[in-house]
Amino acid sequence: MDTVTTDIAIVGAGGAGLRAAIAVAEADPKVSVLLVSKVYPMRSHTCAAEGGAAGVIKSDDSLDYHFNDTVTGADWLADQDAVELFVNEIPRELTLLEHWGCPWSRESGGQVAVRPFGGMKIMRTWYAADKTGFHMLHTLFQTSLKFPSIKRLDEHFGVDLLVDDGRCHGLTAMEVRTGQMKMIKAKAVIIASGGAGRIFAFTTNGAIKTGDGMAMAYRAGVPLKDMEFVQYHPTGLPGSGILLTEGCRGEGGFLLNKDHYRYLQDYGLGPAEDKPRLKAMELGPRDRLSQAFYHESKKGRTVETKWGDVVYLDMRHLGEKLIDERLPLVRDLARSYVNADPVTDLVPVRPVVHYMMGGIHTDINAATSIDGLYAAGECACVTINGANRLGSNSLGELLVFGARAGRFAVEHARTAKTAGDIIEKQAAESEGRIKALFRRSKGKERVATLRNELTSSMEDGCGIYRTEETLRSTCDTITDLRARYQDLALEDHSNVFNTDLYQALELGCMIEVAHTVAQSALERKESRGAHQRLDHEARDDANYLKHSMAYYNPNGDPRIDYADVVITKSQPAARVYGGNAA
Amino acid sequence: MSERTIELEVLRYRPEQDSEPWFQTYKVSCPEEWVVLDALNYVKDELDRTLSYRWSCHMFVCGSCGMVIDGEPKLACKAFLRDYGNRIRIEPLANFPIERDLVIVMDDFMEKLESVKPYLIPKEEKSIDQGEYLQTPAQLKAYKQYSMCINCMLCYSACPQYGLAPEFIGPAALALAHRYNMDSRDVGRKAREDTVASHEGIWECSFVGACSEVCPKSVDPAGAIQQVKLTSAIDYFTSWLPGGGSR
Repeated sequence: MDTVTTDIAIVGAGGAGLRAAIAVAEADPKVSVLLVSKVYPMRSHTCAAEGGAAGVIKSDDSLDYHFNDTVTGADWLADQDAVELFVNEIPRELTLLEHWGCPWSRESGGQVAVRPFGGMKIMRTWYAADKTGFHMLHTLFQTSLKFPSIKRLDEHFGVDLLVDDGRCHGLTAMEVRTGQMKMIKAKAVIIASGGAGRIFAFTTNGAIKTGDGMAMAYRAGVPLKDMEFVQYHPTGLPGSGILLTEGCRGEGGFLLNKDHYRYLQDYGLGPAEDKPRLKAMELGPRDRLSQAFYHESKKGRTVETKWGDVVYLDMRHLGEKLIDERLPLVRDLARSYVNADPVTDLVPVRPVVHYMMGGIHTDINAATSIDGLYAAGECACVTINGANRLGSNSLGELLVFGARAGRFAVEHARTAKTAGDIIEKQAAESEGRIKALFRRSKGKERVATLRNELTSSMEDGCGIYRTEETLRSTCDTITDLRARYQDLALEDHSNVFNTDLYQALELGCMIEVAHTVAQSALERKESRGAHQRLDHEARDDANYLKHSMAYYNPNGDPRIDYADVVITKSQPAARVYGGNAA
Repeated sequence: MSERTIELEVLRYRPEQDSEPWFQTYKVSCPEEWVVLDALNYVKDELDRTLSYRWSCHMFVCGSCGMVIDGEPKLACKAFLRDYGNRIRIEPLANFPIERDLVIVMDDFMEKLESVKPYLIPKEEKSIDQGEYLQTPAQLKAYKQYSMCINCMLCYSACPQYGLAPEFIGPAALALAHRYNMDSRDVGRKAREDTVASHEGIWECSFVGACSEVCPKSVDPAGAIQQVKLTSAIDYFTSWLPGGGSR
């Protein structure tokens, strides 16, 4: 097996990974950093983020406002020390992106422009038309090319962490082009591999979002935190699940039911006014909007289609000029995929799985429970998002905590110890596991079959509303799928760009991650933020103002433990949106 | 909605087994709203696990799924079946070595992209406390179009010159250099000139314009290259004027 040696290895080369790499290079150009990603950097899913990144810069805004919006949006499950740090650091990070060339949309005087976003009291979301994530990703990637200490292994699939005596010393990765395993020795590893939306059938997430990095850390013993909190974005295109940004509503778009009535006013989000009111109606938080859709659908007031029920996103009153200037991708996608031009037509939409609030448990320095192992971005859970992330906080999160992961990894690398021989043995075992999977041709099970059963079971059991019964059924399905995965047969036995093997590896990760979502949801007997139980409808602070911590159990269900939430200055209270919002 | 049976003729090439590329035909019953990528995913999941291709976002922004569809470079997620007949030929992007099936080797593209210094080179570094550089909407507009490139490489597949002269830096990389040159915050044009205005750079372009025609993001690399040629030519001639620089 080839061995590659670096000071710091980063798994994933999207927004968080690239930001971490640049932070390392800026902290110390002599520290070598290696980005290991299963795709080329610009294919990373950060590119699909549309709406923007929130950060306080305008004179009518304050860090406390951003803090309060985020903590309230999180239904008080966010750690307030992390949120405070986040809101403090994000304006500087966004400014840094500006200095690196990010084409932020501008005011007439040349200052960075901001737009309204859901659950935010003040307009504070920086944006680059409706391609913010795309521009951030490309700016970060292109900026990373300035630094000779940043090297990459593009199209290398991270497989297993190498851990000796509680310290991380690197990982194994498979080169997709050759199928060969490599041992990557590092003094510190940062996981920045993104989320896992693909464990659901209907998602905005790209094919690559299969939770590989989460599963890698989880199998190595790091708990996955708050995994039951899965964000449904209210406005996905039916069929494809393609995202239409919250910016559509930020710019003034309406949500209408089948009678063309702005139904959100029936769910505590009114008054319905012509102009967007912050924290009200269409600018409420995503969990509330997706839940309102569910009830509207139960009342028979949505529109049936072959792709499931839909409501309408009405942007016709915004006018062609504004739509072309601020929402050009939305127009292109809606016209192409559902044959509806937002300038003249109502656009059908329905809630769609978009983001994992949960992830690899880290502290505010992005450090995990394994020495020398860090995580940042969607794969991680610090947590600033708690039970419900506010739109436009995730692009900021990957910058702030990506940068912190990089800086703290540099510190760690200075004191790192030499690994024992055990990591060579671990690498050989890792290679053996992949080779065995690669050679397996006799099993009864196919990748696509198991994946379809998994994703539809997640949709059925862990959707917007959950019950003991639906969750148990999904947990049972996952237990069954875990066993059947061992009987998987591969049909492709060539070494070069073997996507049958690649997808089999992804499927293994998806099953483990899905298990933590379902099990954590089953054991949280309350409703909070994006986790809504029809059989436990109230929030229960006495018993569940706690983070779920899912620990890997190779032979059974994940073990769920709990950790305290950090509360500094905002005591849990009722979440109020609409006319009475604070 | 209606379904129709479509025959996909897909180029196959597995370097360990095949001495040369060949075509395999798959019959797929397709809903009319599908894109070619959906049909390929159906083949992959239900008919043939050995077919390889790249894809991810399914929304025209990650740039992974470029391929040649009925002779034209396209994003498979933006090639709607409603625009095609009952037989569709699918090949990897032209002008690149085939790694396997529809997957091409993109090392050359990555090297070229990296060669043009595609990052902001400011006149002087600003500290974060000094805040943002001011840039008016008009200044933003001057380069915005060229910042939209998703690196899908359709333009390299369409470019006759890149096919003939592989050392040509090519449309996307030159457009990216132009994107930074045109940015009001940037003063790096001279630093990029060694690459951009070299023989392998803009002067290799014969202005066929195919790159701009196939671009799924309306970046117009051909227009960018023409603009760079013009400024470089002016630079060249002014360098011969008295006091005109040190070329």
